[in-house]
Amino acid sequence: MQYALLFQQTPEEFADRRDPGKAAAFWAAFMPYMTALKQAGLVVAGAGLEPPATATSIRIGGNGRQVQDGPFADTKEQLAGFFIIEVPNLDTALEWASRYPGGVGGGVEVRPVAPPKPQQ
Amino acid sequence: MSTDTRRAVERAARDSYGRLVTFLAARSRDIAAAEDALADAFRAALETWPRDGVPDRPEAWLLTAARRRLIDRARHFQVRAEAVPDLRLAAEEAQHLAEAGRFPDERLRLLFVCAHPAIDPAIHTPLMLQTVLGLDAARIASAFLVSPAAMGQRLSRAKVKIRDAGIGFELPEAKELPPRLDAVLQAVYAAYGSGWDDVAGADPRRKGLAMEAIDLGRMLRPMLPAEPEVEGLLALMLYCEARREARRGPAGDFIPLSEQDTARWSKPMIAEAERILSAAAQDRRMGRFQLEAAIQSVHTQRARNGQTDWEVIALLYEGLVRLAPTIGARVGQAAAVAEARDAATGWDLLQAIPAEAVASYQPYWALAAHLLRRLGQPAGMAYDRAIGLCEDPAMRAFLLRRAADG
Repeated sequence: MQYALLFQQTPEEFADRRDPGKAAAFWAAFMPYMTALKQAGLVVAGAGLEPPATATSIRIGGNGRQVQDGPFADTKEQLAGFFIIEVPNLDTALEWASRYPGGVGGGVEVRPVAPPKPQQ
Repeated sequence: MSTDTRRAVERAARDSYGRLVTFLAARSRDIAAAEDALADAFRAALETWPRDGVPDRPEAWLLTAARRRLIDRARHFQVRAEAVPDLRLAAEEAQHLAEAGRFPDERLRLLFVCAHPAIDPAIHTPLMLQTVLGLDAARIASAFLVSPAAMGQRLSRAKVKIRDAGIGFELPEAKELPPRLDAVLQAVYAAYGSGWDDVAGADPRRKGLAMEAIDLGRMLRPMLPAEPEVEGLLALMLYCEARREARRGPAGDFIPLSEQDTARWSKPMIAEAERILSAAAQDRRMGRFQLEAAIQSVHTQRARNGQTDWEVIALLYEGLVRLAPTIGARVGQAAAVAEARDAATGWDLLQAIPAEAVASYQPYWALAAHLLRRLGQPAGMAYDRAIGLCEDPAMRAFLLRRAADG
């Protein structure tokens, strides 16, 4: 089955990624995690995302669409990146999610990838 | 109220709860119905006993608090079982015994049911923790890194199976005992979290409910006085637990066994483990858990003479690998041999483990990195693998520092 690992980060973590003094520490922990996932042959797709301040959102209201600067979700923790992995079951997906080297306050949401739309 | 007192009261509540669940389930053959009937009473006990003290007849207290639910539940489940005494009759019998102050401890039966060969081994430990100790599914799910909904479903499915397959609450007969007991001991050890203080800084505590596992071990010992492996397991858990404080520095940083300050090891716990392990040795029947405990016993000698006798540890691991060739034991052996003889011999042992078995086994990669470094070989890739597979932030930070030192 395919699962999405959706990494959530705090504003502090996003800031650290861009801080020349701290970025190295972030990548030193994160790169081996990516490598381990890839070496296990599980990765279907994945990407890291720029901080939420760089986002532009389109919100569809009753009176048409509204374009706004910033992320869609109004939460402190924001999506920072994702992997889609192919694993036998949720337990294995959770095992890999628990290895995510994120900081306190953030975490990982694990969600099954929906099957393709059935053929008519 | 001190944490110790609170824990003692909680343990008393869990003791009585486990005895009652066993008694009712053994007679009605329905674990889920027994748990359900006692759930509110147990919750009330956990709230009020710390304040008011443990009642003189704790089982009677719980049964009285559960009376309404017991009658409701008995009615609800009556439709099902004609041949089996219903829950209400069992509860009445329990009430008489409890009021007479002679409530039996039959929890061993329930432990054997939880680790029955007809039940999926992966659910043995969660079943024990829930039915015998009354832990809730959400807490068990977090400890075992499983979704709470899935854990709840697996637990109920297992209980349905026990009921519908008519799995008996009788104690196993002598000829069946060794494999059945082994399943119980393995399940208890799985609750502790296996080998989380390996040599060479490998394997942190990943999961597990250490104190609960030790409680189960203490519970088992008087129930099976003739079984040295029960004592071996309890001693092993106590040795590991004795080092808990010393495993972390002031900032929560990971400290490997070889660098731990022995002054921070719990002397009373080590003394208790030593007593229990020598009692086990009287039986002259060696087993996996006694060997593992003996390895830990040798490590604790460092508190006395400042030395670690790696030659003895390597020999004990050799015996362990012969008896129970788990990946953990083989990695432990390689680490011990690397210390006792030389890094190259340890490396050879490590290389002999099949690659597919260790692809995601973090302690293997931590030891591989350590040995490659000692051999003067490039260790970066192995460090990366060990870091990438880490679940424990303190261990990750430790390995990141080691990798950067190279």
